[in-house]
This record gives sequence, C-alpha cells and structure tokens, in this order.
Amino acid sequence: MTEDHELVQRLREGDEAAFVELIDRYGTTMLRVAQMYVRDRATAEEVVQETWLAVLNGIDRFEERSSLKTWLFRILTNRAKTRGQRDGRMVPFSSLAGHGEEGDEPSVDPDRFLGPDSSHPGAWAAPPVGWPEERLLEREALTVIEMAIDQLPEAQREVILLRDVDGWTPLEVSDVLGITDGNQRVLLHRARSKVRAALERYMDPEIAGVTR
Amino acid sequence: MRLFVGEMPCQELVELVTAYFEGALSRRDRRRFEAHIRDCDHCTTYVEQMRETIEATGHLTEDDIEPEVRDELLAVFQGWSESREG
Repeated sequence: MTEDHELVQRLREGDEAAFVELIDRYGTTMLRVAQMYVRDRATAEEVVQETWLAVLNGIDRFEERSSLKTWLFRILTNRAKTRGQRDGRMVPFSSLAGHGEEGDEPSVDPDRFLGPDSSHPGAWAAPPVGWPEERLLEREALTVIEMAIDQLPEAQREVILLRDVDGWTPLEVSDVLGITDGNQRVLLHRARSKVRAALERYMDPEIAGVTR
Repeated sequence: MRLFVGEMPCQELVELVTAYFEGALSRRDRRRFEAHIRDCDHCTTYVEQMRETIEATGHLTEDDIEPEVRDELLAVFQGWSESREG
C-alpha cells in the first residue's frame, strides 16, 4: 500500500492515479460515516464530494501534522455534522454512555453465571467451550459475523467496523467521531461481545441456547 | 475455584476484556485480570474467543465504492485539475 505521504505529493502534482487510490481506499468508509450524520444516501454522497473538493483545494496548505486519513475524515465529519444539523437530524453519539440502546448491557447473559446465593457468585455456570479453529475460517462464520454487525446499534456498528475491519487505532476513532477514548472502548466492547455471542450460537447452539 | 477478597469474578472479567487488550486497565485490575485467567480455564477460553472474534472480523472487507459514486468523484478531481492548470 502506497504511503499517504507519497499520495499527498502526487495529488499536488495533479496525479489522477493517486486520487483513484485514495477514493478506493477511503471512499466506502467515508460514505458510511457521512451517512450517520445526514438524512439520506444522496446527501451523504454530496458531503463526500464536497469533502474531496475541500481536500484538493487545501492540499497545498496541508502540513501533514496529522495523517491524511485523519485530516480527510475530520473535514468529512465537520461537513456532515453541519449538513445534518441544518436538516434537523439528531447528532449520533450525542447520547452515549448510559441510556437507551447504548445503556448497560451485559457482555454475557447473566444467567450463564452463578447467582449471589451460590458458593461462587459470578463464576461460570454455563462456561464457553473452545471453538474448532477450522470452523472459524469457514465462509459461513464470516457471514455470521457480518449479520451480527448489521444488527448492532449504529454507534457500536461504526466503531467495530472502523477498529476491527478497517484497522483504525483507538485514537483515530475517538478523534474522527468526536468521542472519548473510553466511549469508543465501551462501544467496541459491546460490539465485539455481541459478535462473539453470535459466533458462539453458530458454533455451539446447545451451549449458547442454555438461556435462550 | 475459590474467590478471595479482591479477586475478580468471571462475570466481571468478561466486561473488561477489551480494556485489557487495549492496556486501559488500572494496574490493580490488570493484576486481578491476569491472576484470574491463570487459574480459570473457562475465562481463558472466553478471552481466546474474543481474540478469535477480532481476528475473524478482520477478514471482512469493505465493499468497493460503487462505480457511479466513483465516476462522480473522478469528475470532481478532473474539474479541480483543470481549474488548477487554467
């Protein structure tokens, strides 16, 4: 993969191939992130176009104090936010930590642990069973993961996609989405826990079905 | 296994796995976490499954950008490129 720094240089020289590489690298993620803030898909596409124009117009002045990616996505979220507010859309991530769908959710069904009156409160009653490695590599396992991610609340879905699919760092995620490091971690943990539970149901319906 | 004062129950451990992976636990909690998995096969399995989940999720790929969207962006670039030369 070409380094961002080199792509910045080539963009300055008007190299279309560098531009193509960048939109292939970030385009899908940009659209999805924009879509969280605005009303519909068409508006998200407009925001992405405006963002690229702003990036191109600013490329000569870009001092590379942040990475190209972070700069690009900051411009994107700023524009998407402004646009979403103008259209009267609720800002995502505004009601994190503690309420509604983002509220307290146990990572594992509480019924799988021994209760407070037992000899070992909080110890496993229905413990997890190791997964055969080859089954994780099956195409179906990936489909299970994809479906589980699709069903997540929006903020959790976005964070797990950025972190675990796109490989962003915690800092990049909290910076671009404008949330604290702790918030991104809580969202990520909930997302991962649900994906793990979905995989467990797929691997071993009996175990996971104990309380379902 | 018996639980002593300060020990971490399994049910608490499962809430802290991501924080543990990210090095975000306090020193005390990290020690409690590590002491627990040393003695608890079930939680060792659980933590392993979280690692496997992350690893498998990493095999997903983003969809390619749609051709129409790509073409529109290319038009943005070409417009910019021409205005720069002109």
